[in-house]
Amino acid sequence: MNAIRRRLLGAIPVLLGISFLIFLLMHIAPGDPVTLLLGDDATPEDIARTRHEWGLDRPIVVQYWEFLTRAVTGDFGRSLKFNEPVMKLVAERLPATIELGVASMMVAIVIAIPLGVYSAIKHNSLLDHAGMSVALIGVSLPNFWLGIMLIYFLGGQLNLLPVAGRIEYGIDVRPITRLYLLDSLIAANFAAFWSALQHLLMPAFTLGTSLAAIVTRIARSSVLEVMRQDFITTARAKGLSEKVVIWRHILRNALITIITILGLQLGALLSGSVITETVFSFPGIGDLLIQSISARDYKLTQVLILFFAVMYFVVNLLVDLLYSWIDPRIKLS
Amino acid sequence: MFSIRFLKIWVGGAILALLFVCGLGAPWLAPHDPQAQTLEDRLKPPRWTESGSPAYLLGTDNLGRDMLSRIIYGSRISLLVGMATVVLAGLIGCALGATSGYFGNATDEIVSKISEIFLAFPFLLIAIAIMAFLGQGVVNLIFALMLSRWVQYCRVVRGEVLSLRERDFVTAAKALGGRDFYVLLRHVVPNTFSSITVIATFAMAVVIIAEASLSFLGLGVPVHIPTWGSMLSEGRSYINRAPWLTIFPGLAIFVTVFGINLLGDGLRDIFDPKLRRQR
Repeated sequence: MNAIRRRLLGAIPVLLGISFLIFLLMHIAPGDPVTLLLGDDATPEDIARTRHEWGLDRPIVVQYWEFLTRAVTGDFGRSLKFNEPVMKLVAERLPATIELGVASMMVAIVIAIPLGVYSAIKHNSLLDHAGMSVALIGVSLPNFWLGIMLIYFLGGQLNLLPVAGRIEYGIDVRPITRLYLLDSLIAANFAAFWSALQHLLMPAFTLGTSLAAIVTRIARSSVLEVMRQDFITTARAKGLSEKVVIWRHILRNALITIITILGLQLGALLSGSVITETVFSFPGIGDLLIQSISARDYKLTQVLILFFAVMYFVVNLLVDLLYSWIDPRIKLS
Repeated sequence: MFSIRFLKIWVGGAILALLFVCGLGAPWLAPHDPQAQTLEDRLKPPRWTESGSPAYLLGTDNLGRDMLSRIIYGSRISLLVGMATVVLAGLIGCALGATSGYFGNATDEIVSKISEIFLAFPFLLIAIAIMAFLGQGVVNLIFALMLSRWVQYCRVVRGEVLSLRERDFVTAAKALGGRDFYVLLRHVVPNTFSSITVIATFAMAVVIIAEASLSFLGLGVPVHIPTWGSMLSEGRSYINRAPWLTIFPGLAIFVTVFGINLLGDGLRDIFDPKLRRQR
C-alpha cells in the first residue's frame, strides 16, 4: 500500500505540471477565444463583459488557482460549444472510448500473441520472416488510412458493415453502463447488440492492428529470450515433451512481459482513439476532443486533454500493480 | 557478406533516398503545378483506367489538381517536418540526457522531473494539444512534434551516459586533466551515437505518421500546402466516387514509413549485438 501511496503522491506534481502547461498554452495561443466565439459583430463592450464573466480579465495565476480549486470538486465548468457541463459530456462519451479500447485490445491479442509466439518458436524460418514482415507492415500502416480503406472496401464496395456511428439510427438501448454491448446483453436486446457489434468491428480492427504489430514483435522477442534460459534446457534435459516445454515453461514466463506491454500500450490506444473515432464518427471522447478543437471551445479542450493525461496515468498505475501481482519478484517501488 | 539485415538497410535506404529526391527535386519532377486547378478535368481517374487521361498519371482531385504532383510536393512537408523534428528533438534530448546522466545530482533530478511530465502523456496527444492552441503552421508543427519527441532521446542517452561515465576510459580521460565538458563531448557522447542513430531513424517514421495524422485532423500545416495527410482528409468525402484520392496519398505515407522502419530495423540489428545473437 505504501508503494501505491508513493505513486499517487508522486503523480500530483506531474499532473500539476501538465495542467499548468495546458493552461499556459491556452493563454499564449494566438487569437482571443472570446472574440472568436462572439464573432466579428461583437462590440468591445460585449467582448469586455464576456471576458469578465469568464474571468479572463484576471491574472493568469489567479485563473489557474480557480481552475484547480473547481477541478478538485469535479466542477470543470461548461462547454462553450455544447452549453452543457463538461463532466456530463465526458460521462456520456467515455463509455464509447472504453468499449472501443477494450475491443481493439482483444483484436490485438487475437492477432499478436499467436503470431509472435509462433514466429519465435519457428525462428529464422520462412514463417518467422513472414510473420515479422506482417508486423513491420502493421507498424508502418497509418491507422487512419487503414480505416478509410476499410470504409471503402467493407462498407462501400461490399456493403458488409456500417461505416459510421455507434449503433443504427432508431435502435434504442436503455443506458445502464452506457457500454452498448453490455447494456444490450443485460436487456436481452439482441438486435441492438448485433448493431453495436457491427458498428464496433471496423474501428476496433483499425485501432487494434497497429497495437497488434507492436505486440507481435515484443511477443516474439520475449519468447526467444525465455527459450534461451537455463531452465528451458533443464526442462528439455529432463525429457519433457516439446509441447509441455512450450506451453508450461516458455509461454507461462513469456506472458508476463507480453501482458505488461499490452497494458502499457493502452496509453497508445488513447491517442489512436482520437484519430479512429474521427475517421468512423464514433462518438467517444477522442471525437469530442477534435470537435472541441474545431469549434475553438478552449475550456472543453483543456479539460479533455487533462482528462486524457489522468486516464493515461491511472492505466499505467494499474498495469504496474498488475505486473507486480503477476510476478511477485517485481516490487512496485 | 550479403544478409537479410543488409537487404533491410538497402531497401529502406533506397526508399528514404527516394523521399529526399522527391522532396528536393519536386519542382523538376512534378509534371504539373500542384495548386493549378483545371475544373473541366476534376475527378479524373488514373491514367491506366478506362476514363483516365494521359495527362494525369494518378488522376486529379475534386478541383482538377494533379494527384501525382501533389504527392511529390507533399513529400517536401514530410521530409522537412521529419528531418527538422528529428534533428531538433535529438539535439535537445541528447544535450539534456547527456548532461543529466553525466553530472547527476540536482541537474539529473530536474531533467528527470521534466521528462516525467512529458512521459506522463501519450506523444501524439501532446502534439494535438499544442497544435490545438497554437494553430496550424509548419513551424508550430515542428515545435509541437519536437516538444513531444525530445524525451525519448533524453531517456536513452541519459541511461547510456550513466553507464559510460563509470568506464575506465572516462576515468583515464579525467586523470589526464580533461575538463568535464571536454570529456563528455569528446569521449562519452560519441559512444552513444549508435543508439542515437537507431532512435532517430524510428523517430523519423513516427514523426511522419504523426505529421500526416495531424494534417488529417486539420491540425497540421495550412490547407493550401499539399501534404499527404490533408490530401487524405480532403479525399475522404469522395471515397466512393474517387477512391484514388485516398489510396495514393495513403500508399505514399505507408511506403515511406515502411522504408524508414526497415532501415531502422537493419541498423538496430547491426548496432545491437544482443539482437544479433538472437537471430
